[in-house]
Amino acid sequence: MSDTTQSGPVLAADGTPLKRSLNRALRLQKMRALALIAPLLLFVLLTFIIPIGQMLFRSVENDIVATTLPRTVVALQSWDAASGVAPDEAVYTALAADLHDAAKAKTHTRVGSRLNYETPGISSLFRKAGRKAKKWDVEADGPFKEQFIKIAKGWGDPDVWRTIQTYSPKYTNGYFLNAADMQKGADGAEIRPESERIYITLFKRTLIMSLIITGSCIVLAYPVAWILANLPAAKANLLMILVLLPFWTSLLVRTSAWKVMLQQQGVINDVLVWLGLVADDARLVMINNQLGTIIAMTHILLPFMILPMYSVMQTIQPTYLRAAKSMGATNWTAFWRVYFPLSVPGIGAGSILVFILSIGYYITPELVGGTKGVFISNRIAFHISSSLNWGLAAALGSILLAVVLILYWAYDKIVGIDNVKLG
Amino acid sequence: MKSKVTALAISAALVAPSAFAQEMTIVSWGGSYSKSQQLAYHEPYTAKTGITIINDDSSAEAVAKIRAMNEAGNVTWDVVDVVASDAMRLCDEGLAEELDHDAVLAAAPDGTSATEDFGDLIVSDCFVPQIVYSTTFGYRTDMVGDTPPSSICDVFDLEKYPGKRSLQKRPIDNMEWALYCDGVAKEDIYDVLGTPEGVERGLAKLDTIKDSVVWWTAGAETPQLLADGEVVMGSTFNGRLFSAIAEQGQPIGMLWDMQSFDLDGWIIPAGLSDERKQRALEYLFFATDTQRLADQAKYISYGPARKSSAPLVGKHASLGIDMAPHMPTDPANAGNVHIYDYEWWADNRDDLDAKFQAWLAK
Repeated sequence: MSDTTQSGPVLAADGTPLKRSLNRALRLQKMRALALIAPLLLFVLLTFIIPIGQMLFRSVENDIVATTLPRTVVALQSWDAASGVAPDEAVYTALAADLHDAAKAKTHTRVGSRLNYETPGISSLFRKAGRKAKKWDVEADGPFKEQFIKIAKGWGDPDVWRTIQTYSPKYTNGYFLNAADMQKGADGAEIRPESERIYITLFKRTLIMSLIITGSCIVLAYPVAWILANLPAAKANLLMILVLLPFWTSLLVRTSAWKVMLQQQGVINDVLVWLGLVADDARLVMINNQLGTIIAMTHILLPFMILPMYSVMQTIQPTYLRAAKSMGATNWTAFWRVYFPLSVPGIGAGSILVFILSIGYYITPELVGGTKGVFISNRIAFHISSSLNWGLAAALGSILLAVVLILYWAYDKIVGIDNVKLG
Repeated sequence: MKSKVTALAISAALVAPSAFAQEMTIVSWGGSYSKSQQLAYHEPYTAKTGITIINDDSSAEAVAKIRAMNEAGNVTWDVVDVVASDAMRLCDEGLAEELDHDAVLAAAPDGTSATEDFGDLIVSDCFVPQIVYSTTFGYRTDMVGDTPPSSICDVFDLEKYPGKRSLQKRPIDNMEWALYCDGVAKEDIYDVLGTPEGVERGLAKLDTIKDSVVWWTAGAETPQLLADGEVVMGSTFNGRLFSAIAEQGQPIGMLWDMQSFDLDGWIIPAGLSDERKQRALEYLFFATDTQRLADQAKYISYGPARKSSAPLVGKHASLGIDMAPHMPTDPANAGNVHIYDYEWWADNRDDLDAKFQAWLAK
């Protein structure tokens, strides 16, 4: 602004101030660029960000109780859960009215199964009471307290009422607490009893085993990628097909093939027994445990490590190694000081790919993991497709996503994300 | 020429929607089970009505998929085959249509009403029972010596029958068997299991064989493990064992003691248009009548859910063997059965599953 007052505006050819016309040109350019990427942006937004956002939102959403039982929720506000006695008639009357409407709309069992995740038994309380409440005339049929307790004793249990009260707000942290092996007790959040703790163990196991799988992929893939990168093109292409062939084979087929190989009456054990290395009654246990998961997943994810390594190694000039040797370096020094640092971006890219893929794997661990080799994703799949507890699945998924993002951030700080190359 | 094309286009436009209306999607489990339904229900139904039936083998994920379809407001399935506990859950969630069984299903040939013919197998208002199957044990006849196992408790006896056994990776059935073999009377099982001490007691019993158990999730695993000699005995669905024994000739014997009865049947997903719902009901009326249920038993060894179908069960369609002795409901096999309590499991499944999984991970 200051130079316009001092020396007058610089004008473009058409007489408008240069600054303005420049801005307009830039804006147009930006708009055009935006228009070009708009379809992709829209696609990603519609098919990726919105659905994932919606799914993650379920981890805190809890409006079903307040929507289905509005009167009960209000009436329960004045009840003191610590009193140890069931609420009075007013609450039961409110519940009778709510259930009467809910049973007509067939939504009462939905609340029942929602609350059953927190306190076992509630689902049948709602199912039984709903059947009766449908026929009630709320004005005339009271008082209801005794009728409810007659339908099922559970309706007189303060614990049931505490659960309804605790889960009446529209949003809850209950799913996240559950995902961290905690629960809402009488006095706030508390650790679950040891016999019900499972998720922390699974998170830890998932991370540790994914690291081991990534590590073994690096060790196995590096020499293969090196050979591929240093062979003449014709031979390299042939070998490349060997790498890609399993990549194109169905995941289930490859996993089942590992079963045939690794089981106690399987190929490997049979050969070892035949060679006399292992006694017939002491066959090795290589499947239905962590070892099985690690072997099968390393094999399945290996191409994801080989391919980025190979494409980075291809760009490393063989002349660098020759130059190093001509300066007096030994083979090892030439490799370690010259070749290896140049290949690190490939290792980085492969590791991120393999690690993130393995953290979310569930088919292979389910089939060969037995009890000790299953991952957190197996529980997520269970809650999505079998127990229908999508809130808990969403909470577990959010935590997993957060862990991956934190690890990615840490990787960026330590190694630097610029240091990753796919070719 | 032009008018001809227009006429064709118009007639195509007229035909297309009605042709589409003559299709329905039926969801089931796939494999030999779907095949038995194809032969016993679908083909005769298509022959009778001209309605094309599209098979979708998604029953294993049916509960989650129906919920997702329902939320998206676009239900593409017409009739779905699910196990009874899933039917209850779908009914509770409002995702399956409630039915008036006597109004929509055929009566038995002698006039007995549908509700009476199915009896207490109608475990949910949304559920039309189709077959009775059982989860039971098979054992390798060549690996058990001269005295094959005859009691469920032999599964827990590592001294008499050393070797691995395969069990399903879920608490249902396993907990009941464990308590029963720990000395709990059959009628008290659910009372005991309802207490924290009871759960611990069941898990402690399972603990005694935990190191020798291979846990399965897919019904095909146990027959395969038995065929490979990986396990001495294992639980699975009786129809799977039947095909391993009768169709593949594997050296496998059946242990029927304390077999766990379960039901499989149809539901109609909620949210169908009136026209589609009507069509689904017409299919159900046909496919669950006395003769049709008995027909299915020609192809697979699951018992028909109607009492009136039992006397009509004949021989296997291709093997020519009598099917009755292979039915879980046959008196010789059903001497000591375990009937699992759907209501109890609907209430306690989530809680027990968490405990069971925590125990497995230990």
